[in-house]
Amino acid sequence: MNDDLEALKSSTDAALAEAGDLRAWDAVRIAVLGRSGSLTSMLRDLGKTPPELRKDRGAALNRLKDALNTAIERRKIQLEDAALDVRLLSERIDPTLPPRPRETGLIHPIARTMEEIAAIFGAMGCTVVDGPDVESDWFNFGALNIPGHHPARADHDTFYLPPRDGGAPPVLRTHTSPGQIRTMLSQEPPIRVLVTGRTYRADHDATHSPMFHQCEGLVIDRGITLGHLKGCLIDFLRTFFAISDLPVRFRSSYFPFTEPSMEVDIGWNRKTGELGRGGDWLEILGSGMVHPRVLANCGIDPREWQGFAFGMGVERITMLKHGMADLRPFYESDVRWLKHYGFNPLSPTMLHEGL
Amino acid sequence: MKFTLSWLKSHLETDASLDRITDTLTQIGLELEGVENAGAALASFRVAHVIEAVQHPNADRLRVCKVDAGDGILSVVCGAPNARTGMKAVFASAGTVIPVSGDVLKVGEIRGVKSAGMLLSAREMNLGDDHSGIIELPADAPVGMSYADYAGLNDPVIEIGVTPNRGDCFSVRGVARDLAAAGLGVLKPFQPVSIPPVFDGGPHWAIAFPEACPWIIGRTIRGLKNSPSPKWLQDRLTFIGLRPINALVDVTNFFTFDLGRPLHVFDVAKLSGDTLTLRRGAGETMRALNGKDYVVDAEDCAICDAAGVQSIAGVIGGEATGCDETTTTVFVECALFDPIRIARTGRRHQLVSDARQRFERGLDPALMPDAIQAATALILELCGGEPGPVTQAGAEPAWQRDATMRFERIASFGGSDIPADEAVGSLERLGFTVRNRDADAVTVAVPSWRNDVAAVITLDQSPLLDPAKAAKAAEGCAAIEAENDLIEEVLRLRGLDAVPSVSLPRESPVPATTLTPRQQRTAVARRTLAAGGLMECVTFSFMARAEAEKFGAAPDALRLSNPIAADLDQLRPTPLATLALAAKRNAARGYSDVALFEVGPAFAVDAPDGQKLVASGVRTGQTPRGWLVPQRPVDAMDAKADLWALLTAVGVSLEALQVTTDGPSFLHPGRSGMVRQGPKTVMGYFGEIHPRVLAALDLPGPMVMFELNLDAVAEPKRRKKSTPDLPAFQPVRRDFAFIVDNAVAAENVIRAARGSERALITGVVLFDVYEGERMPEGKKSLGVEVTFQPRERTLTDPEIEAACQKVVAAVAKATGAILR
Repeated sequence: MNDDLEALKSSTDAALAEAGDLRAWDAVRIAVLGRSGSLTSMLRDLGKTPPELRKDRGAALNRLKDALNTAIERRKIQLEDAALDVRLLSERIDPTLPPRPRETGLIHPIARTMEEIAAIFGAMGCTVVDGPDVESDWFNFGALNIPGHHPARADHDTFYLPPRDGGAPPVLRTHTSPGQIRTMLSQEPPIRVLVTGRTYRADHDATHSPMFHQCEGLVIDRGITLGHLKGCLIDFLRTFFAISDLPVRFRSSYFPFTEPSMEVDIGWNRKTGELGRGGDWLEILGSGMVHPRVLANCGIDPREWQGFAFGMGVERITMLKHGMADLRPFYESDVRWLKHYGFNPLSPTMLHEGL
Repeated sequence: MKFTLSWLKSHLETDASLDRITDTLTQIGLELEGVENAGAALASFRVAHVIEAVQHPNADRLRVCKVDAGDGILSVVCGAPNARTGMKAVFASAGTVIPVSGDVLKVGEIRGVKSAGMLLSAREMNLGDDHSGIIELPADAPVGMSYADYAGLNDPVIEIGVTPNRGDCFSVRGVARDLAAAGLGVLKPFQPVSIPPVFDGGPHWAIAFPEACPWIIGRTIRGLKNSPSPKWLQDRLTFIGLRPINALVDVTNFFTFDLGRPLHVFDVAKLSGDTLTLRRGAGETMRALNGKDYVVDAEDCAICDAAGVQSIAGVIGGEATGCDETTTTVFVECALFDPIRIARTGRRHQLVSDARQRFERGLDPALMPDAIQAATALILELCGGEPGPVTQAGAEPAWQRDATMRFERIASFGGSDIPADEAVGSLERLGFTVRNRDADAVTVAVPSWRNDVAAVITLDQSPLLDPAKAAKAAEGCAAIEAENDLIEEVLRLRGLDAVPSVSLPRESPVPATTLTPRQQRTAVARRTLAAGGLMECVTFSFMARAEAEKFGAAPDALRLSNPIAADLDQLRPTPLATLALAAKRNAARGYSDVALFEVGPAFAVDAPDGQKLVASGVRTGQTPRGWLVPQRPVDAMDAKADLWALLTAVGVSLEALQVTTDGPSFLHPGRSGMVRQGPKTVMGYFGEIHPRVLAALDLPGPMVMFELNLDAVAEPKRRKKSTPDLPAFQPVRRDFAFIVDNAVAAENVIRAARGSERALITGVVLFDVYEGERMPEGKKSLGVEVTFQPRERTLTDPEIEAACQKVVAAVAKATGAILR
């Protein structure tokens, strides 16, 4: 009595197997499940079935319907997969081709070093202050206990600008120390500042540039001693060069604006340039306890306040840290050099990321 | 300052090694600059006896010598005309390096005769120019002895740097005193015997310029013979690079270095009259001992006889009255001159001399009487003669002063725990004498040679200080400076390395922000531009004036008075100028497509402090080449994109900006824009460089540039952000094409569209500009996409249509546009 159902199942299976693409598959689907499809008319005719058989026939039709639906959907997936396989065969790029060019620039090593310096001294509580490149004689010399006749002036190879209003000619600052003076005049102690910027001296050869960069530190408080100066600089140098046992040596020296003054050397190997070992010493910065005259020139009572100052060449420590041999390319803007030594702008200097 | 080890040991009793001496010098602030031992290169040269010298059988000019240099008799062929039997000479065996040439000597055969070594001339050993023959040694020279030892050449020359405060260490004795104080030995006594005069008379002094010369003494010595100095004195001078001249001049040079006491000698026979007057110069010309002429002015101290200027005091003597081999009567000058005047005179005349170097740092005033006695004794010893009386003018100035140190300050200022006894001991070894000492402090008398300790305080206080504050600070300085001087001495002698290091105490657990908002902005600008594909450069702040002029003003006030080079004489008006030249250099190297930027100063007379901080960039050539995107020349819009990214990064709202067409003169007048915030504030500009500037500086084209004045960026307001606008309904977008006159700025169309329905329109994007053939003459088409953002409910078609009509009407009203 259900022969017609089995016949529909087998004829549909055969038609599905024959359907080679989705269009043929769809024709099979409509022929069976469509409004006038074979199964649809059998379901419609169920009412004509004698009542005593109707229940069994209905159940059989439902089973057939499920089986046909499953078979039709399965065939669809098979056909879609096959079609995609064919499409994928034709969709090909050469993955070795270069992408659209997207150019990234780089940060100059001087800027990078200045950021590193600021990060390290910032962790010690220093803030960064700026000052102008063109300074008055007083800020650059007079306030720093370098009077007009002082032999130290001759060492400075100062650039002068034409005098204004009959006064002493303005100078291009020969060091960042005027920043100390500006700070002491504008804020009350305690003071912890860092002055970074361009400095100028009339000297031009393989190891001197008429423009270079300095970084200057000033710490003024009540109980600051020469021991703190040493500790602060050792902490800085070992962090900056990332050598935890970097040898640091302090030698007596003289600067008009500090007393006692000292030069600071780090250990290195003169032959290989390797820092930290080798038994040779390399002068790296100048420092000292702020001279009482400098404090007094800025209205600070040296009986009450004392502290230290230091200054170092930014290019010099940059060259040492990165093993750069020549000073002149720093200002040359040669893109080949910049690409070689530049820094990724998206890796800003942060102590927690490592310098 | 140079001296030899043996010279040092003439003042210092020590058994310290050379290394220990040089290390200590550096440690105590007399930085070692070098040690040279001329003897080291001559280590294998020996004194030899020429047993026989006979004619070479095969060469007229050669001799065959039998030489004994201590280990057997060797055959040596020698070409020197003075080689002869029985002489003593200097011998080098095979394997020795000959200093003058660097060649290694080999055993050889010269014209058939074996030669096992070489007899040497002075020049071959780098000991002089003499090459007329081999060195001939005295008959008693011991055979086999090292020649360097025999000739006293094994005497290391030590060179140190003397800091400006330590004039006393411009003398061998001063260095010896410091080393002794640092524990390296004992300073030998210096007690010259007073030599009484045996006659009366000779020149005398008159001081007419007491500001320049407070005290001067002199002494005549007559009947002497001025010959070359003995070898020991010549050696002292030649080892440190001075040329021996004659005994009298050599004596003055000797004391300049030995005691740091410059002397001058006048040949009395060449003086006119018997008075030497110290007075201001009056424009006279004097020929100096260096053969050059100098004009002395009223600021110079001149030493004059009846005939005129004979010496520029403290700097250089005159040729006319100098001593030579004919001198039989000498007048020795030993003076105290004002250091500042000497420095100024020396600088004005560009005269560097050993005397000036010492005078300008200040001399030991108390040494003068002893020095003239020591000089007298040496002159009598070398030249004979008889001394006259010591004559003087002026008087010894009061130099005596005390200084007090509280022991507690060694720790609370110097950070060191040096015990009081050690501290006082150091000071005493330096020549300080204790006047008073208790448990807390010591008061010492400062020695006459230490003008750097407890000196007269000169302040240069800011005139803006509150007078009471200034007075208190000055008082504090007066109270504390001498003490600091003493602490420095105490720390220095033990070595600053001995001071324990202490890390800076923290002021707060987490430090405050290190950078100011302006500095943060600068850092963000730098990172933004680099991330945008530009390479950061650092170029000089100065450049050639003619080139600077092309980029705006080159005022005289910003022109260096003493540039290091003619092309570095003008402070740049903008970093764009130096960047353009940097691009040119890159193009010359074969890199013409570059993108460069710099964050740095632009100088202008009218800016605060004469400068502003700007971020500037230059792009040249073509965009990067690739197979997906066609390469094209850079254009003004590339520069605008850089500037826009920069403005956004530093927090400037682009909506609030206006772009006008009045760009700076070095930009293309039709392809540039000035970016303003409000009517007054210029934020920056962008555009293509002016073709004239490009051509004049021979720059690589195309070149576009931009600049942002970082000082014009307003300080960020510390304000909470408003709540974000996040409507629940999808926006609707509609495109419009407007036909407008060519002269209409796109900005006006965009603003009009944006403003037509403020609440509803959230975005206007211009996506097309068409000025082609299908447009009427003088017209262009602008395509804009307008975004409508419903807020209450989805918009109906009639509502959208109505909003679009408003857009069209507003744009038409503002710009005369018609919908295409």
